[in-house]
Amino acid sequence: MTNVLKKLKFESPIHISKRTDIPKWKTWLIRGVAVLVALLLCGIISSILSPGSFGSFLEQMFKGCFSTPRRAINLFEETALLLCISLAVTPAFKMKFWNIGAEGQVLMGALLCATCMKYFGGKVDDGLLIVIMLLFSVVGGATWATIPAIFKAKWNTNETLFTLMMNYIAMGLIACVIAIWVPNNSGTVGVLPFGNFPKIGKYPYILNIIIVAILTALVFVYLRFSKHGYELSVVGESVNTAKYIGINVKKVIIRTMILSGALCGIAGWLIVGGASHTVSTEVAGGRGFTAILISWLAHFNPIGMSFTAFLVAFLSQGSSQAASVLDFGGSFPKIITGMFFFIVIASEFFVGYKIKFKLRKRETSKTDSPSADCESEENACGGSDDDGIGVVIAESQSEEEIVLNSTETVPPPQRTSESIQDKEEVEA
Amino acid sequence: MKKKILALVLAIAMIAALCVGLAACNKDNLDGIKIGLICLHDENSTYDKNFIDAMYQAVDEMGMKREQLVIKKNIPEGSECYDAAVDLAEDGCNIIFADSFGHEDHMIRAAKEYPNVQFCHATGTKAHTENLANFHNAFASIYEGRYLAGIVAGYRLKEMIENQQITADQAKLGYVGAWAYAEVKSGYTSFYLGAKSVCPSVTMDVTFTNSWYDPTAEQNGAVKLMERGCKVISQHADSMGAPNACQSANPKVPNVTYNVSTKAECADTYLVGSKINWAPYYKYIVDCVANGVAIDKDWTGTLATGSVQLLEYGNGVSQAAKDAVAAAEAKLKDGTLKVFDCSKFTVNGDHLTSYMADVNSDANFEKDTQVIENGIFKESAFRSAPYFDIDIDGITLLS
Repeated sequence: MTNVLKKLKFESPIHISKRTDIPKWKTWLIRGVAVLVALLLCGIISSILSPGSFGSFLEQMFKGCFSTPRRAINLFEETALLLCISLAVTPAFKMKFWNIGAEGQVLMGALLCATCMKYFGGKVDDGLLIVIMLLFSVVGGATWATIPAIFKAKWNTNETLFTLMMNYIAMGLIACVIAIWVPNNSGTVGVLPFGNFPKIGKYPYILNIIIVAILTALVFVYLRFSKHGYELSVVGESVNTAKYIGINVKKVIIRTMILSGALCGIAGWLIVGGASHTVSTEVAGGRGFTAILISWLAHFNPIGMSFTAFLVAFLSQGSSQAASVLDFGGSFPKIITGMFFFIVIASEFFVGYKIKFKLRKRETSKTDSPSADCESEENACGGSDDDGIGVVIAESQSEEEIVLNSTETVPPPQRTSESIQDKEEVEA
Repeated sequence: MKKKILALVLAIAMIAALCVGLAACNKDNLDGIKIGLICLHDENSTYDKNFIDAMYQAVDEMGMKREQLVIKKNIPEGSECYDAAVDLAEDGCNIIFADSFGHEDHMIRAAKEYPNVQFCHATGTKAHTENLANFHNAFASIYEGRYLAGIVAGYRLKEMIENQQITADQAKLGYVGAWAYAEVKSGYTSFYLGAKSVCPSVTMDVTFTNSWYDPTAEQNGAVKLMERGCKVISQHADSMGAPNACQSANPKVPNVTYNVSTKAECADTYLVGSKINWAPYYKYIVDCVANGVAIDKDWTGTLATGSVQLLEYGNGVSQAAKDAVAAAEAKLKDGTLKVFDCSKFTVNGDHLTSYMADVNSDANFEKDTQVIENGIFKESAFRSAPYFDIDIDGITLLS
């Protein structure tokens, strides 16, 4: 028993160390493999639900997104909306201001946009109306973001809770406005006839896509090359450093949140003016939360975000189509999307960290079957390191050890036969 | 002579070919049909499940293949509905059906773009004023079904009074409504009138969730009603929230459902329920499209068309209650009984003699049509979707 404890104390079988020098191509390889593994697993789930559907599941995933021009445009439009909101939350995140109120900020933009359509519609020219809608949406979104920013800057309130609560206030406001607008209590505003974005060519939404493409470039430049962008990343790295070099931290917080909210407002404008032409508490559709995931997965890089946003939109649209054709229940797309992200986020762990399995000396477990497992694992894991999976076997413990913070969003390290066996021994 | 014989043979051959063609016509036409169904939620919502189940039933009964049906679930009432509708149209559907009230405007947008595809919409109000050849509304006189279900609930209260479990003035129903909207008001008022027809002292409390589908709010609503002393609960909302609350309450409270029977899940509390069976309407529209006949702009299903149905009875329903329901059903069918007979209810103490309802949808919600004729409120006569939105005496609105 003491032997076992000793072993546990001094020879922990799993060592996790931070990677510092992983080449870029390797990180992308890991992510690419994760995407493929995820798709494969989703296909397996599909085959479990309906035997033999593996191929048709994958086929429908792609068909649902690309088989007609309209499907492709819908895909890019959804990508654009997600991307727009991701762009909005990014400057705040880089500043380490955890703005999870994007949903509410989008809703406020949407609400003010619809208000303009309702009250100015038919009274001014449609082109002018769309510009007025934009201004109001920006003001709506920015106001909703500035309120928590002022509280944070002046009184150091917790922005996470504050922005979260603001979401519910925005939903409540929309419900109130709908109750006033729709006296018959159906709760449905219906399509507002004025201020709808013009079609470019045969299909709708193209204007939305173009606007977001331009915004992406602008935000990229802002973050990468502007003084403001530099300042907010300094504030994010260290408030004291920022103060020392003469940055007005309060000003940066409020300024960045105005930008963040304004971009959310623009997303609300795009959703109401460019797509739905109506408003409801569901109009943001949870995109405000999905956008947080997208921004994080892309490490706050606008170009990376366009890929992750595309991936999210692809998954949701493709799996809905697969569920429809293969006659699965309505929860199927959610399962698929959830599975997918679980695996992709897990892959980020392997990008950031190395796992080392420390082999015990042969004589301690000569007769145990796990030693055979270790051997086979050595081969498998040793081989997989070259593929970028990031698991290595090491005889000695030389690199810097890190202790995983339990609040970090990384999955627990894989249990190996050794660790399981150790645990069993302790329990015994 | 040879020419004559040849002509005769040719003529017979042509007639034979025509006969064969006509005989095969119906099946061939059905082969060319593809239906798209757009649902607000999925099968977890009792409301959408009712549409989905009826669609499968209709497709199977008509001998169509399952591949001729495409169902899109969880489609919100925004541009997603328009996207789904045009996608179905491009996918080759010639009939597209949407099941939620808020889908209507987006269906109309799609209908304008695809004039050769028939767009049908349940519970909507605009088809008769929109005047599009390919956009149609449909609903059923579900108030008749609710009236019959109300009789069962009323009988349960009556029996409680007779057994001295409660006094006559404690006979109170509870109702969890979605929105304070005509469709819901028409439903709970007819339910109440059904109960009142057998238990005259009955009153009713109604609470609203302000959502068509919110399991938690529906459950909380039912609990609130039970705490207020309601002895039987019914609901017009789309989840299992209220039935589950009744089943898990202590003591258990009887429940009258909508759209699906919960006899299996809530054996102790399930009394009865009513539903709209959409299969007759589905068959009707498929038939119309197959035979090139125009679909009604505004179609109302009834007890007679099989569109309005009472669900199976629960375990504790007495024979007397069943007999009363059968008698009322016969009278509703032959027209001798009217649910909204103004002599049977009062509004602020008076019997109504006239009422202007908002039948034709417009931006100002103008009350445009006189709907009381000869002392009868003519529900679903001027358009299929209900427009009875009067608060009558005996019903208390809580929120």
